[in-house]
Amino acid sequence: MEAAYNLKEVMNKPERLAPGHRMCAGCGGTVAVRAVLRALHEGDRAVVGNATGCLEVSSFMYPYSAYEDSYIHNAFENAGATLSGVETAYRVLKKRGKIKEEYKFITFGGDGGTYDIGFQSLSGAMERGHDMVYVCYDNGAYMNTGTQRSSATPQFADTTTTPAGKVSNGKVQVRKDLAAIMAEHHIPYVGQTTFTNNFKDLHTKAEKAIYTPGAAFLNVLSPCPRGWGYETSDLMEICKKAVETCYWPLYEVVDGKWILSYVPKTKLPIEDFLRPQRRFRHLFKPGNEELIVQFQQEVDRRWEELQARCSW
Amino acid sequence: MAVRERLSGNEAVAYAIKQINPDVMPAFPITPSTEIPQYVANYIANGEIDTEFIPVESEHSSMSATVGASAAGARALTATSSCGLALMWEELYVAASNRLPVVLALVNRALSGPININADHSDSMGARDSGWIQIYAESNQEAYDNFLQAYPIAENKDVMLPVMICQDGFITSHGVENILLVEDDLVRNFVGEREPEHYLLNPQERLAVGPYAVSNYYMETKRGQRQAMINARRVILEVARRFEAMTGRKYGFFEEYRLEDAEYAVVIIGSAAGTCKAAIDQIRNTTGKKVGLLKIRVFRPFPEEEIGAALAHVKAVAILDRSEMFSATGGPLGAEVRAALYQAKCRAEAVNYLYGLGGRDITVEDFCQVYEKLEKIAVEHRITDMYEYIGLRSR
Repeated sequence: MEAAYNLKEVMNKPERLAPGHRMCAGCGGTVAVRAVLRALHEGDRAVVGNATGCLEVSSFMYPYSAYEDSYIHNAFENAGATLSGVETAYRVLKKRGKIKEEYKFITFGGDGGTYDIGFQSLSGAMERGHDMVYVCYDNGAYMNTGTQRSSATPQFADTTTTPAGKVSNGKVQVRKDLAAIMAEHHIPYVGQTTFTNNFKDLHTKAEKAIYTPGAAFLNVLSPCPRGWGYETSDLMEICKKAVETCYWPLYEVVDGKWILSYVPKTKLPIEDFLRPQRRFRHLFKPGNEELIVQFQQEVDRRWEELQARCSW
Repeated sequence: MAVRERLSGNEAVAYAIKQINPDVMPAFPITPSTEIPQYVANYIANGEIDTEFIPVESEHSSMSATVGASAAGARALTATSSCGLALMWEELYVAASNRLPVVLALVNRALSGPININADHSDSMGARDSGWIQIYAESNQEAYDNFLQAYPIAENKDVMLPVMICQDGFITSHGVENILLVEDDLVRNFVGEREPEHYLLNPQERLAVGPYAVSNYYMETKRGQRQAMINARRVILEVARRFEAMTGRKYGFFEEYRLEDAEYAVVIIGSAAGTCKAAIDQIRNTTGKKVGLLKIRVFRPFPEEEIGAALAHVKAVAILDRSEMFSATGGPLGAEVRAALYQAKCRAEAVNYLYGLGGRDITVEDFCQVYEKLEKIAVEHRITDMYEYIGLRSR
């Protein structure tokens, strides 16, 4: 599993998400799906699940599927339960000698389908320990319906249900820490990652998640150009800033052990992450300096908390 | 030789599940269906069957996992009641539109609120438009027999629809009755193995399930489901004939009890039919009045023409609903049977009563009064108490 990572080699593997789907240019969701599916070893079979969301309506519009593997979409809030049914069917059909082939089970959901409406279904599937990976492509709002806030939306983000206005500074609450909540399920593998440099972090975490027996959860920060308001070509830059400011730390929890995957040499100020995004534009108006301070304090507090956990 | 036993309706259905040994059963407890997954979990714990049980965290997830397992190629089922069915409502449509031959053991119970654990049909009637075949039972024997027929109907290539096997909460689910069980090897032979045509885990092909379908395709999907429901009419009767050949017990879309020469008829679903039969025997024996019953077994697909024909000769009919639909004009069975009478150009007077909501008892005396009312209506050609509640304490 720890074989040397070679970007060129990995990128030359056959794509398992075919081109021609209808996702936006500059969308992080598609990048996340392709990257996770690249971690499947060539020749290994998989069933891919999907919660309702941008990804589903854009990648499986009848009669065209973008998936090279078997695929199931059921509804918005039940990707966890649906794939747990598929995985259980696999175990029983195997036990009864009806199939011999090996399969892996990977399901994708946005933060709406994962943090919020599908939270119970996810929690149940993880607690029951199905041999599957749940991948959240976290773009921090309900993007498919037009950028409504979710519990993954960061504080002060301007969304269509938490609009910044004359007497509002955007979302009031801070975001839920789903990767930590999943780690508290005491499942064998949890990883938090995004797109950085040569994709090594995402690739290795996806490979571990897929090939660790039992339930695994992967949280992939996957920016949305429409919801966040950045230039589509800046996708990688936005993710880099998320990591370098410690807004989105890269870490994993392996059999209960918390491990930091990356510690920035110089932790950048949170403004560097916020400034290029339209959803935080109002924070840079004169008089709102205190809001950025508040945002920074929350990032610092969580970063310290995570470091403390990782030094156990 | 059939096996003589004494079982509750829940245990009878669980026993049928044991005999079938299906692949996957996700379930979540809810009164009064809880015993069914409990029995199955015990069979598994004792090595009597090797079904995989998924102890899900809700009924929405039980139907979601059932859908996933069935799409993957497994024979899957679940059991529930009342609010559990309501919680999986969205998934009922997904199962039907994906043409998944799953089976649901439904133990009918009133929907909240107020919360009530006793029998009525508001749960399954709420799901009547979801694209599921619905088969109802009067007795434990019928619940068992219907369950054995479920997969052969659902998995028929001309059908491929989910099937809901319904019985009345507590009345049959917990009431213990004498029952004739079919021998294991006969059941295995009758139900067979699921042989899916397309499935997620087919190594020979890849399959995508659950598309986004825009208006160019959605309507054809619905027409396909309707055709399956039309085909189900034939298949339900074929399976019933095979079942009769095996057991001697005859089933159709409905049962006619002393209806052939009846002037006054009741149409009803479920366990109250037994009470109605007792009233019919009593009335015929004491007064000689020609009273009869049409007991619906198959509500979906709805046997409209057959009902119209069976009631063509009666003077007056009372349709008894065990669920409200708050149209303020009647209940769901009333609406559909009255439409059937109209289509059959039947001239019988028809009245629609509600009874038994939330487990309210209906007695032989109540049925005798219904038949007296029908006689009066037939003479006067005037209906004054349409949409009455039977056994109501006060308004």
